[in-house]
Amino acid sequence: MARIRLEGLTKAFGPVVAVNDVNLSIEDGELLALLGPSGCGKSTILLMLAGIYRPTRGDIYFDDQRVNDVPPKGRGVGLVFQSYALYPHMTVFDNIAFPLRLRRAKREEIERRVREVARTAQIEELLARKPSQLSGGQQQRVALCRALVKEPELLLLDEPLSNLDARLRIETRTEIKRLQRELGITTILVTHDQIEALTMADRIAVMRSGVIEQLSKPQELYERPANLFVASFIGDPPMNLVRMEFRNDGGMPRLETAGLTIQLPPSARPQLERAEGREVVLGVRPEDLRFRTEPAPGLPVAQVFMLEPLGRDTLVDMRAGQQSIRALVPGSSEAKIGDTVYLQLEVEKLHVFDGVTGVRLDLGAGEQPALRVEAKGGA
Amino acid sequence: MSRRQKVALAVLMLPALAVVVAFYAVPAVMTAAMSFTDMDFRLRWNFVGFATFLRMAEDFLLPGILQNTIVYTFATLALFNVGLAVLLALATTFVPDRIGRVFQALWLLPRFTPPIVYGIIWMWILDPTGAGLLNSLVVAAGGRPVNWITDYPMAVIVLTNGIIGASFGMVIFYSAIKSIPRDYSWAALADGATWLQQVRYVTLPLIRWPLLFVTAYQTLSLLTSYEYILIITGGGPYFASTVWSLYAYNLAFGGYFANYEFGYGAALSIVLVVLGTVASIVYWRVFRFRDMMAEPKIEVM
Repeated sequence: MARIRLEGLTKAFGPVVAVNDVNLSIEDGELLALLGPSGCGKSTILLMLAGIYRPTRGDIYFDDQRVNDVPPKGRGVGLVFQSYALYPHMTVFDNIAFPLRLRRAKREEIERRVREVARTAQIEELLARKPSQLSGGQQQRVALCRALVKEPELLLLDEPLSNLDARLRIETRTEIKRLQRELGITTILVTHDQIEALTMADRIAVMRSGVIEQLSKPQELYERPANLFVASFIGDPPMNLVRMEFRNDGGMPRLETAGLTIQLPPSARPQLERAEGREVVLGVRPEDLRFRTEPAPGLPVAQVFMLEPLGRDTLVDMRAGQQSIRALVPGSSEAKIGDTVYLQLEVEKLHVFDGVTGVRLDLGAGEQPALRVEAKGGA
Repeated sequence: MSRRQKVALAVLMLPALAVVVAFYAVPAVMTAAMSFTDMDFRLRWNFVGFATFLRMAEDFLLPGILQNTIVYTFATLALFNVGLAVLLALATTFVPDRIGRVFQALWLLPRFTPPIVYGIIWMWILDPTGAGLLNSLVVAAGGRPVNWITDYPMAVIVLTNGIIGASFGMVIFYSAIKSIPRDYSWAALADGATWLQQVRYVTLPLIRWPLLFVTAYQTLSLLTSYEYILIITGGGPYFASTVWSLYAYNLAFGGYFANYEFGYGAALSIVLVVLGTVASIVYWRVFRFRDMMAEPKIEVM
C-alpha cells in the first residue's frame, strides 16, 4: 500500500495541455475519485500513474519515492479499464494469471493466488471460460481480479462501472468498495459519473480542462461547491443558477434581477461587499427549493410550466419572471401545470458565486441561526 | 421477382459472365482437356488418355522440382511473406505514424514496378562480377566476388520473392495491429509485460486471423508464381531453382529447346491446381476459415 503524491503534474500532447500543474496527495488506503467531464484530463493522470504516459513536467511519488522514470512493470499498479481489456484469446484463469506469469511466479503460487482472488470476487466457477462467454458484470470482476492478483500498491479504476447496466452498477460499486476496504488498498477511481464518485470515494477531485477545480469530501462537494463549475456539475437534476445583481444600498443586502428580489441576512454583507454593484450568480438546488400554493405576501411568484414525474419525486419546471427554475418535490405534490406558486428559500441552502470568476462567495449564514429569507416578489 | 426483372438481371449479368467464361472457364476447361492429349507445336488434339500423367511418374526431374517447390513455397512464406511481414508491421506500428508510412511506401515500391525491372535490379545486385552491388561490398571488404545465383540459387529465389512478397503481409498486419484497441497494450504494460512479451502474448494472438489468411493466400500465390525465378535464375543452374510452375511453363512454351509440349505442360498445371486445392481444403479445415468469415477479423470484446 502506498501514499501517492503528485507535484505540479503536467502533461501536454503537442500544443494541447491535458493536465495542467496538478498537485494532489492521496492517503494510504484512501479511495479518491477523479471526477469530470470527458476530456478533462482525469484518464491522462491515471495513465501517468500507471507509467504508460510520461509526465511533461512535475513529479509522481509513491511513498516519497519518485517514480517518473520507473516503467509500468516496476510500479506495482493494478489497472482496470472501462472496456475491461480482457485478452479475448485467454481463459479467465489465464487472464488473471497473466501478470503473475510475466513475473515468472511458480506454477503452484499462480494457481493458489488466482483461485484466492477469484474466490474473493466470487468468480471461481468461471475460471475455465473465455471472456466472450461472460456477462458484462462477470467480465468486470475478472478485470478487477487481474488487477488485484499481483497485490498492487495502487489500484487504478478507469470508469469501471460505465459499461454495466443500472442495477448491476449499484451492486458492483458496493462490491468494489467492500473489496477496497477489505484489502485496504490505495485506489484512484476515474469517472464522469458523479453518483459513482459520491457513493464510492473518500474524497473527490473535480476536474475540468486539466485542472482540479475542487478537492473535498463528497458531502462537502455537494453542500459547498467551490465554484460555478462544480456547482453545475454536481447534483442531478442540476442546480438552478440565476444571474442577479448584489445591492447593498438602503441598509439591507439583497440580490435582484428582473422579477425577483431576494433579501439576504446582514451577515452576508462583509463577504459580498467586494461584489457590490456587480453581477453574481445565485444557485439553489432543485431539492432545496420549496414552494406553497397558498398566496403568501412577500414571497416570489412563479408559474408551474411543466411537471416531470420521476416516481419518488416530481420535477417541477417553473417560470419566475424571465427565469426558468426547477424544483424537486415529493411525488405526491399536488402542483398542477399553470398553478401560481410562491417560492420559499432557506439562506443556508443558497449558493452565491462571483459573476465573473465563478468563485463561491460566502453568505456567512453559518454564524447566524437559520434565518428565513424574506424574498419579495419584484417589480 | 417478375419476369421482366429476371430478364433485366440476366442482361446486366451478361457482360461480366462473358468475361469470366471467355477468359477463365474456357481456358481452364481447355487446359484440363489438353492434359489428356500429347499436343505439341503442331497444336493437334490427339487424346492419349492418362499417358501424360503416367509420364510424370517416370520424369526423373520431378522429385527434385517438387522438393524445390516445397522449399521455395514454405521458406519464402515462413521467412518473408509472414515472418518478415510481421516484423515490418510491428516496426512500422512502433515508430511514429509518418515515418512508418514512408517506410511502408518504400517497401511497396517493387509492387508498382514491372516484374522485369524488379528482376533486372536484382540481377545487378547479384551480379557475379565485382560490378554487382553485393559483390562490390564483398570486394570492398577484401573478399572475392561470389557467384550468388549459381552458388545459392534456392536462397536467391526465396530472397527475391520474399522481399517483394513481404509487403502484402506487412500492409495487412499493419492495419490489423493498428486496429487492436490501445487498452490491450496498456493493460499488458500495466500487467508488467515488456514490449516483446506484449507482442508474443497479446499482439500476435489478436492478429491470428490476418496471420492465417495471409499464410493461406500466399501459399497458393507462391505455388503458382514463377516470374521472378524465370527472370533472375531462369530456374537454373540446370534445374537447381526450377519450381513446378516454371517447369510446366518451360515445357509448354519452348524452354529446354523442347517441342512446345502443351499436353504435358497442361497435365503438370492440373496437378498444381489439385495441389493448390488440397492445400486450400487443409487450410480451410485446420484454420477453420468458416469461423473467420463469420467473425470479425480482429477479435474485440
